[in-house]
Amino acid sequence: MNGARIVMEISVEGSNFPAAGEAASKVKKTLRQLGINSDLIRRVSIATYEAEMNIVIHAYRGKIILQVDEEEIRVIAEDIGKGIPDLNLAMMEGFSTASEKVREMGFGAGMGLPNIKKCTDELKIKTEINTGTTVLMSFNYAK
Amino acid sequence: METRYHSVVMDEEKCKGCTNCIKTCPTEAIRVRGGKAFILTERCIDCGECIRTCENHAKRAVADGLNALDKYEYRVALPAPSLYAQFKAERPGKIISSLHHLGFDEVYEVAYAAEFSTYAIKSYIEEYLKENKDERPPLISSSCPAVTRLIQVRFPSLIPNLAPIDPPYITAVKFFIKHKLLKLQIPREKVGIFFISPCPAKITDIKTSEEKLVDGAIPFNVIFGELKQYLKRNDLQTCPQKSTGVGIGWARAGGENVAVKLENAMSVDGIQNVVALLEEIEMGKLNDIDYVEAMACPQGCVGGALTVENPFVARVMIRKLADFYGDQLLPVAVKDISIELQKEDPFFFVHDKPIPAKPILQLDADLSTAIKKMGQLEEIVSKLPGIDCGACGSPTCRSLAEDIVQGKAQLTDCIIILREQLEDLAQKLLVLAQIRPPAMGWVAEKEEKNDT
Repeated sequence: MNGARIVMEISVEGSNFPAAGEAASKVKKTLRQLGINSDLIRRVSIATYEAEMNIVIHAYRGKIILQVDEEEIRVIAEDIGKGIPDLNLAMMEGFSTASEKVREMGFGAGMGLPNIKKCTDELKIKTEINTGTTVLMSFNYAK
Repeated sequence: METRYHSVVMDEEKCKGCTNCIKTCPTEAIRVRGGKAFILTERCIDCGECIRTCENHAKRAVADGLNALDKYEYRVALPAPSLYAQFKAERPGKIISSLHHLGFDEVYEVAYAAEFSTYAIKSYIEEYLKENKDERPPLISSSCPAVTRLIQVRFPSLIPNLAPIDPPYITAVKFFIKHKLLKLQIPREKVGIFFISPCPAKITDIKTSEEKLVDGAIPFNVIFGELKQYLKRNDLQTCPQKSTGVGIGWARAGGENVAVKLENAMSVDGIQNVVALLEEIEMGKLNDIDYVEAMACPQGCVGGALTVENPFVARVMIRKLADFYGDQLLPVAVKDISIELQKEDPFFFVHDKPIPAKPILQLDADLSTAIKKMGQLEEIVSKLPGIDCGACGSPTCRSLAEDIVQGKAQLTDCIIILREQLEDLAQKLLVLAQIRPPAMGWVAEKEEKNDT
């Protein structure tokens, strides 16, 4: 197997709403330059955006890590924050623990994790209360 | 069939290599090399933004002049609606008459055709909305060819969003061919159909079209002077005008939306704004909007790079004309004729050829090579100053890194890097200059000798 792979790390600041979405944007531009097909780019971009938004809304800080190789594309959203108390609830459409202030801004509709699940081929979430959360998303190339 | 034809070209003599144009190009298609700008033909979408930006008038559009009419026995003019806004207070009927005086036997108002396009778009979208009740991305208007090409090149995932309705000038040609050509009893090759164009994008569209429905394109600024001469004449007749405010209004950004009257429609003009909007649509953020009118030129077609009147003034003209000729109601006759035409041929208004993606942004067609190049690119980017000054001839530090990785530029093209390397070299020289081999005397001794 050819060891060609790209690893890119972008830091995300919690509560920095003006900058929210920039990591997802960088990921999208990188994938375009790699010539990944547009449908796959769309799935990865939407999932990455939602994961990034979750860091901004719920965590202190975190990072988005993009890994591309010939087998698959992986996006890892790691954060330092309060963690997810009930993962099953969090995966339900419409359920949100976002603050009133955040919801007034138009965010925190409770669709983040459900949307990520729809876009990814494989999804793993590790979380620890008062420590943080890691969301591992994998995407396969079309056959 | 891919053709590399472009209507936007460089006039090298006038170019000063100032690098202003490279920064405003929406597809980063211009570089400065050897002190002159040049256009990368694979990336250029003929939007004309560089024509607007260039202060030295070194960018222009190639198109047909009036002498192109000489080849034909019967000449048809298709004036774009924005033509009516170029002459201050003139009525469209007078402008049509002037076109006849220029040598055209027939004038088919594209503004009139736009009213049929209005019906076609409205019925297509209503159908689309009925079939897609769930959340769906917005449809994008196909009326601006620069935007269509922008999508092909930079946003290929949005090609399915393009509403497949012919732009009005194509509908105008189809009308002429259907209703008049046979009656003329002149062979098609002897009939010259010319679009009177406000912009280079439409000219490229016409010249690269596979179907060759239109024979040529003449820019506004080429015939403005002559048209004005005829308009000054007291004895100029007024020709009948078929268009109403509904079609004329298309000439300004927002006009298509006023005509089509959809509840959740939006309009955006100016190529940078269009780029920002398309990014949002790609991210799935505009799913509450049903239809997007996207115009590459500021204020819409009245802001085309080949127009003469100031776009803001022209926009006011269009608004006044639209008010005067009524833009609130689509004429019943237009609706009836459209319904008849669609019954006869459901594809009369539809653009049925698939639109190919032309993604030029990828580093390499092979994924593992692209990944390697990406690694090299990121390494180079980290060495570059990141100020996007343009002095290297590429629009941004990132694009210089890309050019280097593709073998088209080198690291020392960056003047900051060059300066740093020179500084480095100078310091090394300074250090060497202060080391004196044992055989040489000290500086103080040498000065004493010079005094005596």
